[in-house]
Amino acid sequence: MTRETWINVASLAVLLGVPLWALMADEPFIITLATRAAIFALAGVGLNLALGTGGLVSLGHAAFFGIGGYAMGILASHAQSYAPIMEAPFLIEGTKSMPVIWLVAMVTSALAALAIGVLSLRTSGVYFIMITLAFGQMVYYFAISWPAYGGEDGLSIYVRNGFPGLNTLVPIQFFGLCFVILCLVLLLMNAIHKSAFGLALSAARQNETRVLSVGLKPYHLRLVAFVISGAVTGLAGALFADLNRFVSPTMLSWQMSGEIIIFIIIGGVGRLFGPVIGAMIFILLEHTLGGLSEFWHVYLGALLLGIVLFAKGGLIGAFAGREKAHD
Amino acid sequence: MTDVVLRTDRLFKSFGALKATNDVSLDLRKGEIHALIGPNGAGKSTLIQQITGHLASDSGAVSLMDEHLTDVGPAERARKGLGRTFQISSLAMEHTVLQNAVLGALGQRGNVMAFFKPVMKDVRLVSAAKAALAQVGLAEFATTRTADLSHGQRRQLEVAVALTLKPKAFLMDEPMAGLGLEGAQQMIGLLTELRKEAPILLIEHDMDAVFALADRISVLVYGEVIATGTPEEIKVNPEIRRAYLGDEVPA
Ligand SMILES: Nc1ncnc2c1ncn2[C@@H]1O[C@H](COP(=O)(O)OP(=O)(O)OP(=O)(O)O)[C@@H](O)[C@H]1O
Ligand SMILES: [Mg+2]
Repeated sequence: MTRETWINVASLAVLLGVPLWALMADEPFIITLATRAAIFALAGVGLNLALGTGGLVSLGHAAFFGIGGYAMGILASHAQSYAPIMEAPFLIEGTKSMPVIWLVAMVTSALAALAIGVLSLRTSGVYFIMITLAFGQMVYYFAISWPAYGGEDGLSIYVRNGFPGLNTLVPIQFFGLCFVILCLVLLLMNAIHKSAFGLALSAARQNETRVLSVGLKPYHLRLVAFVISGAVTGLAGALFADLNRFVSPTMLSWQMSGEIIIFIIIGGVGRLFGPVIGAMIFILLEHTLGGLSEFWHVYLGALLLGIVLFAKGGLIGAFAGREKAHD
Repeated sequence: MTDVVLRTDRLFKSFGALKATNDVSLDLRKGEIHALIGPNGAGKSTLIQQITGHLASDSGAVSLMDEHLTDVGPAERARKGLGRTFQISSLAMEHTVLQNAVLGALGQRGNVMAFFKPVMKDVRLVSAAKAALAQVGLAEFATTRTADLSHGQRRQLEVAVALTLKPKAFLMDEPMAGLGLEGAQQMIGLLTELRKEAPILLIEHDMDAVFALADRISVLVYGEVIATGTPEEIKVNPEIRRAYLGDEVPA
């Protein structure tokens, strides 16, 4: 096993071990924190495909996170009020079933990513950053000004949605669900990274001209990556809204987009487990320093600065060295 | 003529007031090495970029096996059979040597939307890639990171990637630049092999190599082809001696 693999396994062990310990110590709040970390990690893993492998610095991924959140909020609120979402031309009712909500969250955020990607992937560099930010802000302001689902105040649901065979109101069970999803998506991303698609996507990041001159189209590769990325981040959004039983435009804000990028930078851009480690450290800092001072972001800023200046590959890069070009 | 593989028809390209290529018509025929020579800034690389579609021409047409390529982009042109190398090596530097070659093989296969199967375990792609590496003499560097290759090895890898495409025509922009005597000699041997697979449009400043390899030579000066002919014809053309070759012509 490479050193990076060890780090990956260790990070999963911590993410799983802490809530198990908290269960025995009867600290449900710690379990909730771990759940938050797992969900943020999932959002970061989604973005990492676009940002890390594809080199697409999207400052608009909160749009997908929030769309996933609103997919949950809208479906669940209609289910709890027994009012159908629409009746004509055909009947669509709300639901409290997590698998259905996840599916809707992924499909809607994938479609949003497709629309945003088609337009913004024609640009690159700073323009891409700005245009994804602009799209993100459009979605944000739309949510704020759309009174049907709470507008600025957001949307609450009374009880957490259900998953067959589980009691999702029990913190450790909901954590388990999020943890398993994170692991499955990590497996999927690992496969994508090693696939023909992953090789070509990463080559397009390194050298677009090279990819074109072997007959492949960077634009198509990036668009597909962006859509998968948006869908995964949207799934994370649905889980996050379910964790809080609340969704609001804050999930769509550009600060949220920035935080997802921060998870990736802390752990290591393009590293499979980069966002996992990044999200765990973010939650740790938020919890420990956030209690001491409202201005804990200053410390986060210092950490980021240190990483950007001294450890380009994030914490994983600092401890495991350059990524091994797998053969 | 039926043995024409690649043809340019009155290509023009200007950068502002500068006419980089000016009414360039030439062809590349089955089995031949057609060398394109000319002083620095003559427009040789520009012409290659126009043929491959990386640069849009102001006017004129490009056809491959009588099929018009003028309206399609660089990826389609590569797929239709143009295999090129770059004057300045252009590779995926973080990938290994083998991965770069597999990327070429992937382009040749066409379908890249495969998400679950590990590409480096795909026997057909990898064996095609390895064969190309062996042909250029890079077999033992398969697992080396491309960024760690020497300049000469990168030139070889460029050729290997072009090879994996199984192109109908090779376009090579100064493959011998900076190789040194021994490297250039190796490259000449390699190009002699490659011409059996597809004709080569070869840009080269090394006149010894050009006269050793070329069946025909075109001379480009200020974006215009001032002459096309056999090496013997070019050697004795007084206008060319004056305009470009000077004392460089081997005796
Ligand atoms: N993208 C560009 N924008 C502006 N001018 C350009 C551009 N590309 C090339 N040129 C100019 O066009 C002319 C032809 O350049 P080109 O690279 O085709 O020459 P070349 O024959 O390949 O020269 P060399 O032997 O030095 O490689 C040069 O004067 C160059 O400065
Ligand atoms: Mg040139």
